[in-house]
Amino acid sequence: MSASAPATQAATEARIDSSDSGGTALLRFFGVLDLTASARLWTDVMRAVRQARGRPLLLDLAAVTQCDTAGATLLLHAERAHEGPTKIDGADTQVAAVIALVRPVTVPPLPPPPGRAVSWREVIVAALAVCTGGISYIGEVAVASARLPSRLRMFRATDMVRAADAAGVQAIPLVLLLGTLIGLILAFQSLVPMRRFGADIYVANLVALGLLRELGPLLTAVVLAGRSGSAFAAEIGTMKVNQELDALATMGVDAMTMLVLPRLIAAMLVMPVLTVIMELAGLLGMTLVLTAAGIPPVTIVGQVAHAVVPADFYGGLAKATLFGAAVAGIGCRAGLATGVGPRAVGLAATSAVVGGIVAAIALDGVTAVLFYRLGL
Amino acid sequence: MDPIIQVTDVVQRFGDRTIYRHVSFTVAAGEVFVILGGSGCGKSTLMRQMIGLLPPSEGQVLILGRDMYAAQADVLTRIGVMYQSGALFGSMTLLENVMLPLQMHSDLPAQASEEVARVKLGLVGLAEAATAMPSEISGGMAKRAAIARAMALDPPLLFLDEPSAGLDPVTSAGLDRLILDLRAQLGIAFVVVTHELPSIMAIADRCIMLDRTAAGIIAEGDPRTLRDQSTNPTVRAFFHREASQAPVATAA
Repeated sequence: MSASAPATQAATEARIDSSDSGGTALLRFFGVLDLTASARLWTDVMRAVRQARGRPLLLDLAAVTQCDTAGATLLLHAERAHEGPTKIDGADTQVAAVIALVRPVTVPPLPPPPGRAVSWREVIVAALAVCTGGISYIGEVAVASARLPSRLRMFRATDMVRAADAAGVQAIPLVLLLGTLIGLILAFQSLVPMRRFGADIYVANLVALGLLRELGPLLTAVVLAGRSGSAFAAEIGTMKVNQELDALATMGVDAMTMLVLPRLIAAMLVMPVLTVIMELAGLLGMTLVLTAAGIPPVTIVGQVAHAVVPADFYGGLAKATLFGAAVAGIGCRAGLATGVGPRAVGLAATSAVVGGIVAAIALDGVTAVLFYRLGL
Repeated sequence: MDPIIQVTDVVQRFGDRTIYRHVSFTVAAGEVFVILGGSGCGKSTLMRQMIGLLPPSEGQVLILGRDMYAAQADVLTRIGVMYQSGALFGSMTLLENVMLPLQMHSDLPAQASEEVARVKLGLVGLAEAATAMPSEISGGMAKRAAIARAMALDPPLLFLDEPSAGLDPVTSAGLDRLILDLRAQLGIAFVVVTHELPSIMAIADRCIMLDRTAAGIIAEGDPRTLRDQSTNPTVRAFFHREASQAPVATAA
């Protein structure tokens, strides 16, 4: 039996030759047994070794001119895979030295760790931990807010202005675009069925109420979560990874006061403004569609003024402020909770966006019930 | 035997500023060659030129007889680099870090790649930590894992950037021992950038010293000879740990 690998450079190119010698399987290696040769010969060697099972195996290295750790790994793997008496023979000094170096550290691959089922108890405990963590964070923010007058030097107003600029002023073009598109889409989609009943004129009432009470604050919160909640998380998360938060702590500076409150206040200040811009842009989009449908602008304005009461507008602004606080607070918390490793900041940003949007929708539901109970 | 590295008349400028000029030296196979000097003298810049990250403003860098910037793809698979921070990929285990070059540049079957990678980790004493993440290990372990990754393709030449930086003396001495063992047993040549005097004395066969003021090499040779015989005041100050004559701060 012979299983020779192809040899293009006969002098140095590694190859093997397997034969039988008096009941002993003889596997002869030739040439330079380096990484490239090991990769090329690995399958052939293992096949020859399997065929030699049941007989003693002799790995003859007399014709091996050089060997590196990959080559030695191949030889030792062959020795182990044979599962029977094996002898490595004929190695020169260099080859024998490398084999001796690798032998003590050659270990078979570990089996994959067994999977572990997660019990309902663990899920519930983890969910409770998240809830208590959130409540604890709200408490810390409340305490930091209450102590703000005595810690004014830790509160960086420039950070607040910068956050307001990033979260507010720089978001205006996006808010204008989204608002206009939402107004256009809502008006168009409502117009088609309403026209069947001759109720085109009431599209203005429908869209204006929807925008001012629900969609304006909610969509602005989504924009804030996507643009600024993630930015807050990434910024604070990077600071944590760089041990800047540890540095603040050891300097006796409260991270809540210095990092969280400026962003929280900035978000609470810009959210109502952005919401008004979103609503005005939405009303403009609606007006464009209704005007194109033949309804005069003066009629549209009259319908909106008739349908909307000040409580709708102010209720929307109150919601916007609440959503701003939730989105910014969740973004900052995700940053403070950033773990270790290169993926940690990305995970924190994702967590901030998802958490911000979910919180805004949940709060919208709560305020809807609350406003209903209050008769607003 | 041809040198494994041949640097000829290399000049590096950043804008109008010349970092060094007319830098020439050779490194032999199996040699531990140290580049030393004070902060800002261009040690790491010179290493970046040798590993193909920064083409020199002038001059030529031959690695294993090939021009680094003409045959980079061929050369890069035959050198290994350990960066100062370790630069391990944080989203992979140590084993996966070491397996990566094998998967990219060799045709080893998957199981064989894993076994070869485990051997490399074993050689640097990290066999038991194969499944650990880089964030779970100490700085010394990270540096050893980075050496294992650099050795993955069994290169004849390893570059180490500040291997002892940030390590305690015992761990640092262990790393020096590892370098000497790998050189002795596998014949690997090392180019080491460092200014840790105990390490230099322990591992270097030969060294060059760069100087910022001179903008080039001010000393070359066996570090023990330089320490004992050099008359250059900067070299003497470095080896004898003498403080600079320049005042640290001027009183008002």
